[in-house]
Amino acid sequence: MRPFREALISLVRRPVLAALSVTSIGLSLFILGLFGLTAHNISKALAAVEEKVEIVAYLRDEIDEAQLRLVRSEIGAFPEVESVEYVSKTEALYNASRELAEFSDVFPDVEVNPLPASLEVRLLPGQRDPHTVGTVAARISGYEFIDEVRFGREWVNRIHTLRRIAGGTALIVGGSFALVAMLLVGTTVRMSIHARSTEIAIMENVGATAGFIQRPFLAEGLISGLAGGLLALALTFAAYRLLDRAVMAVLWLPDLWIVAGILGGGVLGMLSAGRSVRRELKGLYAI
Amino acid sequence: MIRFRDVTKHYPRSGTALADVSFHVRKAEFVFLTGPSGAGKTTVLKLVHMEAAPTEGEVIISRFSSTRIRRREIPQLRRRVGFVFQDFRLLERFTAAENIAFALQVTGANRSAIRSKVMRLLDHVGLASRASAYPAELSGGERQRVAIARALATDPLVLLADEPTGNLDERASLGVFDLFKQLNSLGTAVILATHDATLLRRHRETRVLELEGGRLVYDSGAAAAQPPDGSTGDSSIFELVRDGQPMDRDGQPMDSGAKQGSGSERGGTAP
Repeated sequence: MRPFREALISLVRRPVLAALSVTSIGLSLFILGLFGLTAHNISKALAAVEEKVEIVAYLRDEIDEAQLRLVRSEIGAFPEVESVEYVSKTEALYNASRELAEFSDVFPDVEVNPLPASLEVRLLPGQRDPHTVGTVAARISGYEFIDEVRFGREWVNRIHTLRRIAGGTALIVGGSFALVAMLLVGTTVRMSIHARSTEIAIMENVGATAGFIQRPFLAEGLISGLAGGLLALALTFAAYRLLDRAVMAVLWLPDLWIVAGILGGGVLGMLSAGRSVRRELKGLYAI
Repeated sequence: MIRFRDVTKHYPRSGTALADVSFHVRKAEFVFLTGPSGAGKTTVLKLVHMEAAPTEGEVIISRFSSTRIRRREIPQLRRRVGFVFQDFRLLERFTAAENIAFALQVTGANRSAIRSKVMRLLDHVGLASRASAYPAELSGGERQRVAIARALATDPLVLLADEPTGNLDERASLGVFDLFKQLNSLGTAVILATHDATLLRRHRETRVLELEGGRLVYDSGAAAAQPPDGSTGDSSIFELVRDGQPMDRDGQPMDSGAKQGSGSERGGTAP
């Protein structure tokens, strides 16, 4: 408990320095939080679009009941496949008449239904990338009673590219801000070490171990980081409320992201404190 | 207990601080380390405290040797070597008692043990009634007593004092010096660096190591500490020698044949 007691005393005794440290972490994580909010909402929107990615396998007219059951169950057993829905010729005509309102008057009069029956194949989440979709479509088209397979290759490619851009940007922007936060925390911890140089010299003098001297500074970094994480959470929540009310409906971050963000702040604070402590106190007992 | 063997210390910028210095300080001995500014007194203390390593030679303190000590053992050594500074080096935001307790916290002692020891130490240095006073509220002599109590907190084998009376008036100096003597009589060795000639004159019976330009030019206890014939020796038969010339206590050349070195007195401080 001593490191935390000492760290709290140090933070309370130097409120300006402490505020600078917490604010720098808080603002850095706030930027990450905003980005997280955007990324989460983009991701959800993409997932909704991706939900619609499906493979439609048109069946030959001559397929019988037994063959249909067989082909349906075999495709349904593919590890990438979530569900297989059968759409009969009649259903296809009904759907077409609903979706194409301008022809709705024509359809009831046709003597022969020109639309084929089909299987609508939905893939499991995580299996909707262009490569997997293409592979599954190729496998389905190999069946004898399948006339044609369509899956909107363009759409799948675009969605996947968007996802990759979002992920890459999150990594680069997040990493950059984390680095800035680390540098700022490191600087404030170094200032804290300088402010306590007399104390450190006395500790060395009376036989304190290096760990004993360093632990309060690590605790200080951890506390600053956690406080910065909470500040960032408050700011991100305020931004979310503002966006949600004034601009558009926005989804709030998942709980796991929030916990990870606050803990991440703590780890960030401790890592940068550790780096500064090692650098500043490298002469400790170095004879 | 403390042994310097042919110790030389070079600093890259300032050059040679000590050159080929050898001496031995015994358990519970009291030694003045003297010489003009820049003579190497502080370097000797730093080497004993292992804040610096000798460039050549070896420094041995109890079971620790400068040639073999590991980084992680240095804190253990420091707890056996108390250090008192001219400028006291007390933490202004702590009371007298807290300053002493600070030294005990590093050893991992529990709170009740710290509390009782701090009171005992304050009592020992005559400051029991000033426990809750902050350094700014204490006189120079009282501050130095707190610093001494802090140095004693870890029960050191030896107290190093770097010009401990340098910032004190004569009366406070005498009080602090008497405290060192009292601690020494209870078994703690003391190495007191000073260039206060008055103090040296007042305590002629005490062993003196004199440095000049980084060389040990005078050791009034050399005979007692390192008898050339290997015997325990009667130090009164050895002359005080400086640059090959017999000297008196004030560093003045003596007539050849004059004898000096109150062996019986040294015997009292160097068992």
